[in-house]
Amino acid sequence: MSDEKILLTEKKNGVGIITLNRPDKLNAFSDELTFQLQDALKEMEKDKEVRAIILTAAGRGFCAGQDLQSRSIAQEMGERPSLGDSIRRRYNPIVIKLRRIEKPIIAAVNGVAAGAGASIAFACDYRIVTDKVNFIQSFTKVGLIPDSGATFILTRLVGLTKAFELMLSADKLSAEEALKLGIVNKIVGEDDLMKEAIALAEKLAAGPTKAFGLTKRAVNRAVFDDLEELLEYEASLQEIAGRSDDFAEGVKAFVEKRTPQYTGK
Amino acid sequence: MTMTYKNILTAKEAVGAKSGKSDQPEINIGVVNLHRPTVLNALNHELMEELVTALEDFDRDDSVRAIVLTGSDRAFAAGADIKEMSDETTVSIMLKDRFATWDRIKNIKKPIIAAVSGFALGGGCELMMMCDIIIASETAQFGQPEINLGVIPGAGGTQRMTRVLGKYKAMELILTGRPLTAREALEMGLVNKIAPVELYLEEAKAMAKEIAAKSPIAVKLAKEAVLKSFDGPLQEGLQFERKNFYMLFSSEDQKEGMKAFMEKRKATFTGK
Repeated sequence: MSDEKILLTEKKNGVGIITLNRPDKLNAFSDELTFQLQDALKEMEKDKEVRAIILTAAGRGFCAGQDLQSRSIAQEMGERPSLGDSIRRRYNPIVIKLRRIEKPIIAAVNGVAAGAGASIAFACDYRIVTDKVNFIQSFTKVGLIPDSGATFILTRLVGLTKAFELMLSADKLSAEEALKLGIVNKIVGEDDLMKEAIALAEKLAAGPTKAFGLTKRAVNRAVFDDLEELLEYEASLQEIAGRSDDFAEGVKAFVEKRTPQYTGK
Repeated sequence: MTMTYKNILTAKEAVGAKSGKSDQPEINIGVVNLHRPTVLNALNHELMEELVTALEDFDRDDSVRAIVLTGSDRAFAAGADIKEMSDETTVSIMLKDRFATWDRIKNIKKPIIAAVSGFALGGGCELMMMCDIIIASETAQFGQPEINLGVIPGAGGTQRMTRVLGKYKAMELILTGRPLTAREALEMGLVNKIAPVELYLEEAKAMAKEIAAKSPIAVKLAKEAVLKSFDGPLQEGLQFERKNFYMLFSSEDQKEGMKAFMEKRKATFTGK
């Protein structure tokens, strides 16, 4: 492993930019990356000079979600991972911060956003994407449930019918379709993504930050009043899914690059 | 009576516009601000002495009709001052009798409204529960984490929390040391109301001012009767209430209050 930083932050003209930087892993979430993202969000929340935030990623992907390889390693060693605990410690605090930070947060989605990677993008306030982006609710592919807020955030974004279909099919949702469903704000060309995201963020950063923050607080109250409770419930249900034979088979098949044979157990 | 304190700030705020009429008594609320910002308002002995002195002063001051007790947005009080206690023995801590100061808060006759934001933990939570009404910010969190230090609450936490939350919830909080969010505390009846962090103090002051406009003698006897319900059997409490009820018929405020009601006008209470 190189000693390159897996998460980069910068600050310019009132805009804080957080960049996931594990491009060789499509920015999949290792334990360390989730903790660094929590810390970066906390810092940007406190920093009074930061009045808008961009969350983006390096390379051709946005975020592939949980790094399954680190999970399967734990299983090979005979250790049953507690997914509930992992979600409570690693992912839920990120989602809570993204919703509770009273500054606009823009996801500048530069490539595929899968699993928790998609969930985290859904929890932001804006989504600007390139035309090559796909969102995938890939959880059920390996025998898990959508987590990091996806079960209710996606449902509230697009409505029950489409959300449930996306979660169970785990199909790729193209940028074009995501725009039609109201999941993304804007599609831009690959080379324009950061330019557009920064332009929007700088405009927002020059705005009435307190009023924007209070607007977000009121919207949260209207739509995500039960945020913590639902995240906790998701974590409990993921704990159950994580103990299933299907999840063990799902991860094994993923690593062995074959189609999983599910039994429903 | 301007006192200078090291660990608290005190102020009086007038209720309503001054009418200019000389027979109208001056009406204020008293505000006490816990103020040890570098230690999240940890409650050391000196602070408690100052707090109780300030509360007793407001209690004696006829112009003050209700008291607001608050901390900062970050912390009402994060707990007792652990540094002060870590080397005590059973004998030394008993001899110091640090809770004698706390016990004097029970004797304050005027209503105390706690305006709570941020941490209200350990001694901070117990101090809050000694108040009569609690207005919290959305960011407040409450708990009795003493168990994590190998001790238990010592300023009433095991008793007051249990009376408010019931045995099972109180047991959970006290045995695990886990905190409650403002929302949970509201649902469980531990706080009266939650408000945005920008407004909780104003709301507490507004409620104090609303109460300050009532007959002060009726407010005192009402507070006394409500607190009596914690001390003994129902029958005793009912008798106590009845006596206080009868006693108020010797006040001018009762005559004025009932007369104003019948004349369909607003009562002017003089406190007599």
